[in-house]
Amino acid sequence: MGTTADLRRTPLTDRHEAAGARLVDFSGFLMPVQYDGILDEVKRVRTQAGTFDLCHMGRCRIVGDRRVEAAQYLVHVHVEALKQGAIRYSFFARDDGTTMDDVLIYKDVDEIFFCINAGNRARDLAWMDEVARRYGCTLEDQSDELAMIAIQGPRSVDTMAHLCSGDLAALKYYNFYRGKVLDVPAMISRTGYTGEDGFEIYFENSHAGRIWDAILDKGRTHGVTPIGLAARDTLRLEAGMALYGHELDDTTNPVEAGIVFAPIKHKHDFSGRAAIERMLVEGPQRRLTGFTTESKRVPRQGYDVVDFDHALVGTVCSGSPSPTLGTNIGTAYVIDGKDAPGTHLAMDIKGTRHEIKLHALPFYMRPR
Amino acid sequence: MSNPKDLKYTESHEWVRVQGDVATIGITAHAAESLSDLVFIDLPSVGDDLSAGESFGEIESVKAVSDLNAPVSGEVVEVNGDLEDNLKDINDDPYGKGWLVKVKLSGGTDHLLDAAAYDAHVQEHA
Repeated sequence: MGTTADLRRTPLTDRHEAAGARLVDFSGFLMPVQYDGILDEVKRVRTQAGTFDLCHMGRCRIVGDRRVEAAQYLVHVHVEALKQGAIRYSFFARDDGTTMDDVLIYKDVDEIFFCINAGNRARDLAWMDEVARRYGCTLEDQSDELAMIAIQGPRSVDTMAHLCSGDLAALKYYNFYRGKVLDVPAMISRTGYTGEDGFEIYFENSHAGRIWDAILDKGRTHGVTPIGLAARDTLRLEAGMALYGHELDDTTNPVEAGIVFAPIKHKHDFSGRAAIERMLVEGPQRRLTGFTTESKRVPRQGYDVVDFDHALVGTVCSGSPSPTLGTNIGTAYVIDGKDAPGTHLAMDIKGTRHEIKLHALPFYMRPR
Repeated sequence: MSNPKDLKYTESHEWVRVQGDVATIGITAHAAESLSDLVFIDLPSVGDDLSAGESFGEIESVKAVSDLNAPVSGEVVEVNGDLEDNLKDINDDPYGKGWLVKVKLSGGTDHLLDAAAYDAHVQEHA
């Protein structure tokens, strides 16, 4: 790892430093990993709300007459059938069905917008550019010109209602509209990576500081504070959401990850379709599952999962203490037949067995 | 950040307080702050031998598990048994109540850093 001087900064890094956040290298960006304490920050998002600097994320769009066809080759959802303003969760797959990244796709009037992972940005953009060109379209990387801020938690609507134009409360989950935050044109998206209600907003970079300050100022009476990436990771894990590099990687496929679980009804080809349909028919050899453990040891990526005959039956993907459940939780790929919720298995930490109990994902769903 | 002048340090962020032939070992304020929310610690037992430079236990935070590296060689004569239920002592008072083990020295301490050298090491890698 280089020194922090080599790392990229977001328009908000100065504010994180001034707030006393601990900053770390995250995909080449200097990002706040925590402010007060990870577990307190998790509780705050579950009970009040918090803001997240997501300016490191990759953001781009495909424009051109055949943009819908180009986007369709990239994702498994039926792009043409999406209404304007709709957002879907999907993935980029290779011919063999393995995942290159997981993504959000936004259907707008004259563009298809994507939010992609910071760590995969370069290779995603290269792949998307290749596909866009095949359809005579243009891929525009907007990562460095757009800011991205999330506000997540039950008090998100109260906080944002007076800062945004339009009927924020009427915006449906996984939908977006173009309006204004303060006087700044913005894409306002009812999405998030925490399992809570909330918004992700995109707007021109130079306004980032002013908007961040306005949200925190308006949110003060609602208990809103900035939240670091560590709490974000625990929040997403409780909500059963995948993190590329953990639940998904170059060797996983969307069937075993549980992203594709029913036959794909539309007829359009997309990268990886044939392999994914074959996996659907044959059934996966392993499945992504959650688990809880009474052990004080936190599950960590790469720990072996073993059964009571000491046979290797799986591998841990992620783990964290869960402030919401009050126990340690994790995700793992477990072989077919051993993966039923409720199954008692163990994780092996340096030769010591720590009992785990499989738990269907997600661990947490917000009350609605 | 100021680290106590009367202690010795390692590059892996342990501290040592030498009193006669007994060395008290802990982790530095910098290490405690970096680890932040601690959830688990695995320490050796009285009578175990520590070997300088080798792992003598593990400390786990919400986000990571780290080896504890022995700054000195010696036999463990006392273990801070209060820590198991009070891991926060390590964050709140790393050079006091947050001590980990005491060992009867069987080797030297010349290889350890003084406070100024450790401060510089932390600055360099911040």
